[in-house]
Amino acid sequence: MADFDTPVLKEYPIIPLIKKGSMAHSKPYVAKPDIQAGVGFPGELVDNWQEVGVKKLGELVSGSRALQVFLDTCVKCGACTDKCHYYLGTSDPLNMPVARQDLLRSVYRRYYTFAGKFFPKLVGAKDFTKDVLDKWYSYFHQCSQCRRCSVFCPYGIDTAEVSMAAREILDTVGVGQKYCNEILGKVHKIGNNLGLPKPALVDTMEGLEEDIKDETGIDVRVPVDQKGADVLLITPSADFFAEPHIDGLIGYAKVFHQAGISWTVSSYASEAANFSMFIGSNENLLKTATRIRDAAYDLGVKRIVVGECGHAWRVAYSFWNTLFKDMDFLDKKYPMPSHICEVTHDLIQRGALKINKEANDHRRITFHDSCNVARGSRMGNIPGGQFIIPREVIKACANNFYDMAPETIHENTFCCGGGGGLLTDDLMELRVKGALPRMEALKQVVDEYDVNTFVAICAICKTQFAKTLPYYKFDMDMITSLHQIVGDSLELGTND
Amino acid sequence: MSLSVIYAILFYFATLLFIVGVARKIVIYARTPAPLKIPTMPAPLTKKGVAWRLTKEVVVFRSLFNANKWIWLFGWLFHVGLLLVLLRHLRYVTEPVWTWVVLIQPFGKYAAFAMLIGLFGLWARRFLVDRIRYISSPSDHLMLMLLIAIGLSGLGMTYIDHTDIVSLKAYVLGLMYFDIQPLPSNLYLITHLTLVVILMIIFPISKLIHAPGLFFSPTRNQVDNSRDVRHTAGWTAK
Repeated sequence: MADFDTPVLKEYPIIPLIKKGSMAHSKPYVAKPDIQAGVGFPGELVDNWQEVGVKKLGELVSGSRALQVFLDTCVKCGACTDKCHYYLGTSDPLNMPVARQDLLRSVYRRYYTFAGKFFPKLVGAKDFTKDVLDKWYSYFHQCSQCRRCSVFCPYGIDTAEVSMAAREILDTVGVGQKYCNEILGKVHKIGNNLGLPKPALVDTMEGLEEDIKDETGIDVRVPVDQKGADVLLITPSADFFAEPHIDGLIGYAKVFHQAGISWTVSSYASEAANFSMFIGSNENLLKTATRIRDAAYDLGVKRIVVGECGHAWRVAYSFWNTLFKDMDFLDKKYPMPSHICEVTHDLIQRGALKINKEANDHRRITFHDSCNVARGSRMGNIPGGQFIIPREVIKACANNFYDMAPETIHENTFCCGGGGGLLTDDLMELRVKGALPRMEALKQVVDEYDVNTFVAICAICKTQFAKTLPYYKFDMDMITSLHQIVGDSLELGTND
Repeated sequence: MSLSVIYAILFYFATLLFIVGVARKIVIYARTPAPLKIPTMPAPLTKKGVAWRLTKEVVVFRSLFNANKWIWLFGWLFHVGLLLVLLRHLRYVTEPVWTWVVLIQPFGKYAAFAMLIGLFGLWARRFLVDRIRYISSPSDHLMLMLLIAIGLSGLGMTYIDHTDIVSLKAYVLGLMYFDIQPLPSNLYLITHLTLVVILMIIFPISKLIHAPGLFFSPTRNQVDNSRDVRHTAGWTAK
C-alpha cells in the first residue's frame, strides 16, 4: 500500500474542516508525445500556451450554453461545498466544487468579463499563469465528473462540464493525462481500451464458453462478429477479462441464451467506454462513438444493448442519438440504445426467465448507484427508472436486499472515487480517500444487515472497489456484477 | 445642476445599463448552443415537467433546500423579502396605486426585516463557516454590504427620518414622463437611491445575473427525451 493514511470510517459522516493544500501533490502522469499524437493533441506544452489556452477557453464558452451560464451565475452560496466525495475524503478546499470551478472561472473572468478585466482583485480574477496551469492539472484531475454537486446547486451548475472544459484546454496546450489519452488511442487503433486484438478476443470468448459449459453443462454461446444477430452487445472491455466484471458478462450470455435472443459482440467496436467524455474532447467523442454505429450497421443487427458501464451508458443514452446521423437500419420497436438491465428486467416481467432466487441466499446484497447512470441517464420509461430497474432485477433474483442510507443512493449517490478518468494507480491516494463517503455508507449496512455483497453496474466502480475495499478492511470479493447475481439464479437447463 | 437633475440622469443611465446589460446576457444565453443533452437526472420527460421543475427552483429553491437548510433559510428569506419590498415599491410608480399593491403594503413593511435577517445570516456564514469563508472574494462581501445598506437606508426612511413621500412620488412619476420634479432632500433617501443606482449598474456584469441565468441552465431546463427525440445544436448540428 502507498504512503498515505487511509481515512478512518466514522460512525456518522462529518464535514471536515478545510486543510489547505492537502492534495496539492496529487497529479496523474502526463502523457508522452506519442500518446498525445494518438488523440490529436500537441505532444508537449506549446510555446504560446497562454494565448492558445485563453483562446480555447473563449471558444469553448461560446460553444456551450452550459459553460456560459455556469461561469456567470455562481453566487458562492456554498451549497456544494460539502457535497464532493473528494472534499469529504481529503479536506482540501480546492476539492470543493465551487473552488474547483473557480480555478477556471477566475481565468475566464480575467480575460472575458468587464469586472475581471478592470477589477481582478475585487472579483477574484486571475492571470493564466504557469502556477494556475499546474493547479488545473492537479485539481481537474481530482474531479470524477460525477455531477453530485449539480444536484444540489440552486442553478444546476455542473462541475463535470467545467472539468471537461479544463481538461480539453490542458490537452490543447499540450498537457494531457497519460491514463485517459493512452486508452483512447488504443480504442481508435484497435477498438477497445485494452488494445485487445480480434484473435485474442475470440480466444477469450471461447474460453468463456468452456467455463460456462464446465459450470452448468450447457452450451451457452458468446459470439464475436456474428452477422445478422439481433443484438449487438456493447460492453466495457473489462468485462472480457477482469474480476468481477467477467461474471457479469457470463450473466448477460446466460440471459440471452435463456431468452433465445441471438446476439454478438463486435471486434471492431469491442468497447463501450468512451473516455473522450472525461477529457471533454468532442472530436474524440464522435470518433469513438461512431465505431459502434458502424459496427452495428456492418453486422446488420436490429438493436444495440449496452452492458454494465456507467459513463458508457450516459454517452449511449444521452449522446448517441445526437452523435449518430443515421440509425434507421435498427428496429424501431426497441429503445435505441437499451441497457442490459432494461433487457433483463423486461424478460423477467414477461416471465421469459426461469429464476431460482434461493441460489443467491448466501448473499446479503446492497446496490451502489453508479454516478453516470444515476445522474446522467435513465432506464425504462419513468424518471428514476435507473434506480428502480436494477433494484427490481436484483430483488427478482435474490431474497436478501438492503439499501444504503437514502442520502447516499439514487441521485444522491456517492461516486466510487475512481470515475471520470481517474482509475489509475498514480492517483491511488485520491481514489482511496475519495471512496470514503461510499465506504461509510457501506459500513452502515454491513454492521446493520451483515451485507456481504456489494453490487455495481459500472466497470470503473467494480475495478475501483476491488482495489479500495481492502484499504477499508472490507473483503474485496464483496464487489459483484449485477448480472452475476442474475446469472447465478438462472435455471438454464429448464427452458431448452 | 440641481440634485434632482443629477439623480434623474443617474437613474436614466442606470436603467439603460441595467436593461441593455441584462438583455444582452439573455441574448447570449439564448444564442449559445447546448450541443449535448445534459439534464441532471432524474429529469422530467416533458416540457411541462421542466416548467414545473424550474418553478420549484424559482419559488421554493428546491435544490438549495436539499443541499443546506441554513443557506436555504437565509437565502429564501432574503429573496421573498426582497420580492415583497419591490412589489411595495410599485406604489411609487403607479397612480392611482393598484389595489393589490395597497393590500400587500403592511406585509411589505415587515418584509424589509425578513430581507435583512436573510442578508445578515448569509453574511455571517461567510465569516463563520470555514468552507464559505474560503470561497468568498471581496466582491461577495461588498455585494451583501450593498444590499444591507440599501435595506437599512430604506428602513431609515420608514422608522427614523420620514421623507416627504408625496414629493418623492411626484419625482418618480416625473422621471417616467421626462418631467423632472424636485427631489426631496433626505440623507436616507439620497443614500438609498445612490446605492440602488450602483446595484442596477453592476447587476448585469456580476453574479447577480444568476436571476435570468437559472432559466438557461441546461442541467435544469432540458427534457429527458434523448432516446426519442434527436437533439442537435452547435457542433453536433454540423
